[in-house]
Amino acid sequence: MVAMSSFAAASQATPISHASSVGARIDVRHVSHRFAIKGEALPVLDDVSLSVEPGEFVALLGPSGCGKSTLLRLVAGLDKPALGSLHANGTPIDGPDPSRVVVFQDPTLFPWRTVRDNVGLGPEAQRNSRAARRSAAARDVGARIDAALELVGLSTFADAFPHQLSGGMAQRAALARALVNDPQLLVLDEPFGKLDSLTRIRMQGELVRLWQAARFSVLLVTHDVEEALYLANRVIVLSERPARIVAEIRNDAPYPRHRDDPKLVALRREVLAQLGLEV
Amino acid sequence: MSSHSQTLNLSALDEAGEPTRRDLRKPVVATLAAIAWFGSAAITQWWPDLDDWPYTRTLLILKLAFATLSALIALRGWRAIASAQSSEPRVNRWLAVAPWLLALALAISGWEIVTAKLEWLPRPFFAPPQALIAVYFDDFPRLSSSVFHSLGLLAYGYVLGALTGFVIGVSIGWSRAVGYWLHPILRLVGPLPPTAWLPLAFFFFPSSFSASVFLIALATAFPVAVLTWSGIAAVNSAYYDVARTLGARPSFLILKVAIPAALPSVFVGLFMGLGASFSVLIVAEMMGVKAGLGWYLQWAQGWAAYSNMYAALFVMALMCSGLISLLFRFRDRLLAWQKGMLKW
Repeated sequence: MVAMSSFAAASQATPISHASSVGARIDVRHVSHRFAIKGEALPVLDDVSLSVEPGEFVALLGPSGCGKSTLLRLVAGLDKPALGSLHANGTPIDGPDPSRVVVFQDPTLFPWRTVRDNVGLGPEAQRNSRAARRSAAARDVGARIDAALELVGLSTFADAFPHQLSGGMAQRAALARALVNDPQLLVLDEPFGKLDSLTRIRMQGELVRLWQAARFSVLLVTHDVEEALYLANRVIVLSERPARIVAEIRNDAPYPRHRDDPKLVALRREVLAQLGLEV
Repeated sequence: MSSHSQTLNLSALDEAGEPTRRDLRKPVVATLAAIAWFGSAAITQWWPDLDDWPYTRTLLILKLAFATLSALIALRGWRAIASAQSSEPRVNRWLAVAPWLLALALAISGWEIVTAKLEWLPRPFFAPPQALIAVYFDDFPRLSSSVFHSLGLLAYGYVLGALTGFVIGVSIGWSRAVGYWLHPILRLVGPLPPTAWLPLAFFFFPSSFSASVFLIALATAFPVAVLTWSGIAAVNSAYYDVARTLGARPSFLILKVAIPAALPSVFVGLFMGLGASFSVLIVAEMMGVKAGLGWYLQWAQGWAAYSNMYAALFVMALMCSGLISLLFRFRDRLLAWQKGMLKW
């Protein structure tokens, strides 16, 4: 718990400077997608168009099973759309790239690696040859990993194995594993969905601070209305499957936000109305 | 608060003062073991054998050594209780062996009585303990060279089979095309008992040694291949997604994701393969190879040397058990990250 509270302080004094990485611009143009289940086509996305401005925090909000996660996989480059196109900074997305890192709902840390080696997965996977391993850049990687661990407050757990971590700590490690790559876009698939509510609230605040310090773009998928309103500049509301964009709600409230801000409460009412859940 | 610390003090006093019944039981057992070994030595010394058995003197010395060991353990146990330091780990570890020392003393005495002393068991088929000692002393060169040959043959066959099985398992698990061609072959040939190949193998291969290497490799490769394959197939696909978004290429996905994730299953295969390889090793040595423990058993049977067979069986048990322990030790080191592993 001590390690957790050091998170905010660390985010201001971190050596991860992000001077090079400005947030990515993402364009999704008329994307439709379907799954084949037992030979039948099941449409999941129906003509979805949206864009994320550099440095913007966009939340995709929709009922569970509506195809939000499918859209994320397309943005990440893990799958290809049936129709339409996706672009990152103007170039078509045709595969995964470490500049667009995904944090999944499950931390999916590799159980056979220590926390440090899990965080170092990206740099290790991107390394080309044996020669590069001994270069100055390789030594720099160690410092980057340390900085990322510091950032999420896991320095003291660097040599622990994943099964020794709590759920919140494991998700922090997954976040550090993403951040160490200096991403231009952070793709978050309900990253706090499985955490207890106190840990979730704390980590939402930490994510905002982190994003403000680093200025990468964020695309967050969630079905939690409050989470979307607390975090995002813009909330895109999706319909039931096949997902269509129902509404776009801009949220100009300044950061750090307060959950009981009357403006957020009013927006919450509006979003719930869009989802057909009048209160 | 104060009453709490008082109870703590009281319980501490209790521990330091009267040793409990449980604490006393261990040194008592050790003392009994010492008495049993001395008694067993007395039987060897003063109850005459019906026949003249060489190496009875060595048996006596061995028994006295065990008696002394048991007595020393008992002494340390009593002293630990007297000085209230019963939690010294080394003493405790030795005390834990005491029940086995006692059981061993009784079993060996019983064995000696029904063989050498009374000859209730028919003579050539059942040998007294000193006959086994005689084998280990008199036939040491032949026995040790047999162990050496068996280990050599096993090492060739097992390593070859494990590597082949691993590569086959990984490639079936990874590549659809390889799976298409290899899977039916594996399904057809794998379940065949490797010993069924024996007549053909001895015919096709230039030497009985290479034939046996082939058979042992076959016995090892099948379980290793199947379990490696199933390990690779069962890898959580989210691991691949994570690695791909972090910029991993296919070689990284195989070497750093699929194989480490499959290793627990691979080790189950290596364990089963080792068991299978033992049985093929012994059969191959009995059938064709002119060296090794299997051959030694066969040879001893030809001479009706039953004590040699018992001695060889005991050595074989030690060898197989030792090899499996070695494999488990290796696994524990490699898979330290895994929780709740089977202990050997």
